[in-house]
Amino acid sequence: MWAIVVKEFRELRRDRRMVALMVLIPLLLLVVFGYAARFDVSSVSAEVVGPQASRAAAQLPGLFTVERIRPGADRAAALSDLRTGKYATIVVTGPAGSQPELLVDGADLFDAQAVTKAVASARLPVKVTVMYNPKLTTSAVMVPGIIGILLVFVGTLATSLGVVRERQSGTLEQLAVMPFRPRDVFVGKVAPYFLVAAVDTAIVVTVGLGVFKVPFRGSPFTFVLGSLLFLFVTLSIGVLISSVSENQGQAIQLTMMTLLPQILLSGFVFPVASMAVGVRWIAYLLPLKYFVDISRGVMLRGAPIGALWTPLLMLAVLGAAAFGLSLVRFRRDLAPSRAAVPEPEAAP
Amino acid sequence: MSWGVRAVTVRFGARVALDGVTLSAPTGTVTAVVGGDGAGKSTLLRVLVGGRRPDTGTVHRPDRRQIGYFPGAAGVYPDLSVAENVDFAAQAYRARDRQRRARLLAAAGLAGVPDRLAGQLSGGMRQKLGLVMAMLHEPQLLVLDEPSTGVDPVSRAELTWLVNRAAAAGTAVVMSTAYLDEAERASQVLVLDRGRVLRSGEPEAVVNDLPGRVVHTRQRPETELAWRRGDGWQLWLPPGATAPAPADATPVRPDLEDAVIVAALERSAS
Repeated sequence: MWAIVVKEFRELRRDRRMVALMVLIPLLLLVVFGYAARFDVSSVSAEVVGPQASRAAAQLPGLFTVERIRPGADRAAALSDLRTGKYATIVVTGPAGSQPELLVDGADLFDAQAVTKAVASARLPVKVTVMYNPKLTTSAVMVPGIIGILLVFVGTLATSLGVVRERQSGTLEQLAVMPFRPRDVFVGKVAPYFLVAAVDTAIVVTVGLGVFKVPFRGSPFTFVLGSLLFLFVTLSIGVLISSVSENQGQAIQLTMMTLLPQILLSGFVFPVASMAVGVRWIAYLLPLKYFVDISRGVMLRGAPIGALWTPLLMLAVLGAAAFGLSLVRFRRDLAPSRAAVPEPEAAP
Repeated sequence: MSWGVRAVTVRFGARVALDGVTLSAPTGTVTAVVGGDGAGKSTLLRVLVGGRRPDTGTVHRPDRRQIGYFPGAAGVYPDLSVAENVDFAAQAYRARDRQRRARLLAAAGLAGVPDRLAGQLSGGMRQKLGLVMAMLHEPQLLVLDEPSTGVDPVSRAELTWLVNRAAAAGTAVVMSTAYLDEAERASQVLVLDRGRVLRSGEPEAVVNDLPGRVVHTRQRPETELAWRRGDGWQLWLPPGATAPAPADATPVRPDLEDAVIVAALERSAS
């Protein structure tokens, strides 16, 4: 038995990825559950509009962080602002003596629940209107996020496994000397997964709309654009993972290391705004956070493309970075000889 | 005309995998590359086909469309059927000759199992499928990395027949092998040891150029210049050796195996 224990430790010592998985993941979970996993909301962003805006803003409970006061704006302008997702709630005031209305963004489930609870306990004389998800159903908020998780699964895991399988079976070496350009191999390997992920997305959206009655209020074009950009990131990460993995086990380990932080820190489960500042910055580096912003924005709020340019741009930037790195690594695997070996020529 | 490499050196970090290796592969011939584990055989073949960049030296090879490469005990897709594997190679190389495809599959004994997954084939059949895929497009240069390792004698013979047939059709074949009897039947042989060329030329010439003599004895000689063979030991007596041969020593006509071992012993001694 002792011989097996010693052998196991020796193997483990050389499997750096497994050590990372065993050390980093518990550390990550500790950080996440310590600083990020908070359902309680201590602050929500708010805007106050209308003639009595300044007075109403001063009377709001401590939960509300008033970020903007627009005395000249009306309810329509408030709805337009709410649709951008920038504010969790907007107080609409009318002429003196009239009852203010509190517009709440139901797409942000925890914030909305905190707001309605705070208003009830403070007995504020306001009319509460929950927009986009009036019954505050969980599925309406989760389904747009689940689409993102699915795209990470298909994009990153399936792609990395597909490319690593080629390396493991020795056929990548053969592809490298076959009459293909590296970009042919790259696109040829990735395109099928891209198509499968696209079909998967369509199926999940259809099921979400049909079975879970999740609304789709925004532009399909914006949603498709966001999905394509997100797929671009996840597929590139998949190829990147495959380029540093020797076998499918390693590829799965690395994929899990990228997947877990995304699920926990992207705002899919825990609200990003409730996370400690240090952890929140990690969230801003995760592509799933931006996809969740886009899918919830488009599907639930009907946010226009102009309101989503930040997550769209971030996905493009992350995609370009991951794609560039993966291409460099992929080319190194596939075209090691072309730079220095002279052009084919007949020997004398 | 011939393809090959000249004075090629490849380093993996501090380790020299190939040290000034030159190999010439004339068209219509089979060149066997032999050597022990870690001799540099696979690296040499990779350099030849363009899968590895040499640190120094030159490579002469045809256009990639005119190269057929079989990378060791792989090169086929286990989750594709025999026919699908061949389809892939045919599309990649634009080899549209259906008759050649049928002839090769029949010669490899694979014509009757087009729908069987490559992963479900025996080792020998898988190797033959890989060989068919590598030579489907009638390449000018066919490079095979140990195509017969782990293959039963009947399949080995069939593989050899396929390889010889390619050479007879004008292809330059370079093949690494662990079997010296196979190398002995090649047009020429290159003996590698720890990245260096120990011997090269026609197998017969390599044997004839063996320095000194080889004798056979039943008793184990107290020297490092002996190796087990058959019912006794072969003993190499270098030119000018002063130590007397054992009393029962009988001269033998050396073969390629003896020549390769003597070359390695000679290098170690020097």
